[in-house]
Amino acid sequence: MSVLILIDHADGHIKKSSFEALTYGADLAKQLGTTAAGLLLGTVNDDLPALGKYGITTVQHVNNESLNNLDAQVYAKTIAEAVTATGADVIVISHNQTGKAVAPRLSARLKAGLVAGAIALPDTSNGFVVKKTVFSGKAFANIGITSAVKIISLNPNSYKTVAGEGTAEVKELAVTVDAPKVKITNVNKVKGEVPLTEAEVVVSGGRGLKGPENWGMIEDLAHVLHAATACSRPVADTHWRPHHEHVGQTGIQIAPNLYIAIGISGAIQHLAGVNRSKTIVVINKDAEAPFFKAADYGIVGDAFEVVPKLTEEIKKLKGV
Amino acid sequence: MKILVCISKVPDTTSKISFKDGNKKFEEAGVQWIINPYDEWYALVRAIELKEKDPSTIVHLITVGGADTEPIIRKALALGGDEAIRVNAVSDDSFYVAAQIAEIARQGSYDLVFTGKETIDYNASSIGGMVSELLDAPYISLATKFELDGTTATITREIEGGEETAEVSLPVVVSCAKGVAEQRIPNMRGIMAARTRPLKIVEPAAIETLTQVASYELPPAKAGVKLVAADNVAELVRLLHEEAKAI
Ligand SMILES: Cc1cc2nc3c(=O)[nH]c(=O)nc-3n(C[C@H](O)[C@H](O)[C@H](O)COP(=O)(O)OP(=O)(O)OC[C@H]3O[C@@H](n4cnc5c(N)ncnc54)[C@H](O)[C@@H]3O)c2cc1C
Repeated sequence: MSVLILIDHADGHIKKSSFEALTYGADLAKQLGTTAAGLLLGTVNDDLPALGKYGITTVQHVNNESLNNLDAQVYAKTIAEAVTATGADVIVISHNQTGKAVAPRLSARLKAGLVAGAIALPDTSNGFVVKKTVFSGKAFANIGITSAVKIISLNPNSYKTVAGEGTAEVKELAVTVDAPKVKITNVNKVKGEVPLTEAEVVVSGGRGLKGPENWGMIEDLAHVLHAATACSRPVADTHWRPHHEHVGQTGIQIAPNLYIAIGISGAIQHLAGVNRSKTIVVINKDAEAPFFKAADYGIVGDAFEVVPKLTEEIKKLKGV
Repeated sequence: MKILVCISKVPDTTSKISFKDGNKKFEEAGVQWIINPYDEWYALVRAIELKEKDPSTIVHLITVGGADTEPIIRKALALGGDEAIRVNAVSDDSFYVAAQIAEIARQGSYDLVFTGKETIDYNASSIGGMVSELLDAPYISLATKFELDGTTATITREIEGGEETAEVSLPVVVSCAKGVAEQRIPNMRGIMAARTRPLKIVEPAAIETLTQVASYELPPAKAGVKLVAADNVAELVRLLHEEAKAI
């Protein structure tokens, strides 16, 4: 019995969500009285033994460059072989773009029950019950996994990374890797921006900002906070902002530490994508805007006056 | 070209969510049901567009559910599709549902299976991936663009902080997100036609379940908003720094 955690990476670096998954997997191993190992498919430039600080004892490494591109079919088969080789019976994967492609395939392949979008360690006092968000963040479900092998995909930003002391032993894992059937022909990344799903702080703008020419102040605020930018659906639909910034029930669901909503009314479909944020700040000129009911802090005022002041005050706080 | 589109019935986006029977069951009373938006707006509409471009294309819809899903599948047929299949089973286990769909997909030798990127009730994003594994077909998740040239699909998908484009030969399973197509409103002709399109009812295959819902819970209520005056932005920054420890 052991826990195996998929180490996800892009552009030669391990993703932040994987540090959360490693911490989670190591804590789960402790709870189950067993050990945790990371599983790296492909190659990275990061220090692998140093991953021991998250509590894992081993990094199983399938050192094959073709795995730097995601083909879910190849990934699932390779992970399944690693599961057999290591005798793991709980697999932890981030519920990010990679996890959403890979975890369900692995579940079907291994006949291993999957809880997709977990937010806490399982309750193992009576079975194996994992809490996840449902109804787009409006509720939680506690789901029991009844199969022998279990898969948990962990929502990004829902488990705190803890780095302690420790070094992991890196072991090369010899498994057969199939040739990919999916050929990646083009990658188009927004350079230098914090990916929305990984961001600790998100600054978001709605139709109250009147037009795309007014996003400068949103970007300035995001810049001083090292935040990602987001927007409401009509803002993306009218192409004021790119659609990958659209958050909500039909957009991206996020759970940052801090979500600052500016000129957004707070429709139920918008809240569904952001209501798991730890702290919500709302800036809206209408005191009756529904968003205030879901907020922790608020300012009733004109965004065009409040936002530049907010940026200045944060600069003062940070001494920049 | 044969396309299978997976359709799920979900509570309307404005539904108030509550539970009954000691938080073991979803309270369905008063809930309006809709087609899962991703299934409807993106997966189904893209399949219909492919048929419009090549009329020899066959589009079938599938849902796994009880008789109460029929109004939803009729609504979907009003947008388009030649025929619908309902697998007569109710389950909240993704693997069970996916295995039923895979069974039908295998029997019908479909070239393409489309799903929405997730359902707005369980948010698991699991069915497409499971179906693809059971069919041993490639899987492209979170597609934002889908083009077909003969038997080669060119698909753009979301990745963290951007998009990538992939090429793959059919058959393939694709989960569809915003960008793949534009929402359509059914017209009267479609609604009339939907009544006469076949809706086949199929009994489920014997499949094991791997998970079971133990209970539901609602998030704790927020303490209430702390309002700061618009001319005192420094106070907001202080609260965020000292009280919320968010900056
Ligand atoms: C099925 C379905 C799915 C949907 N999915 C989503 C989704 O995923 N995400 C999403 O966001 N929406 C979604 N919507 C749309 C949603 O219902 C709302 O229409 C939308 O969120 C409103 O966007 P908004 O708040 O930017 O605009 P509005 O509702 O127009 O609100 C603008 C706000 O700005 C304020 N304002 C105006 N001027 C100023 C100023 N100078 N300073 C400060 N405040 C100002 C106004 O008081 C108002 O509250 C969905 C709707 C449906 C039906």
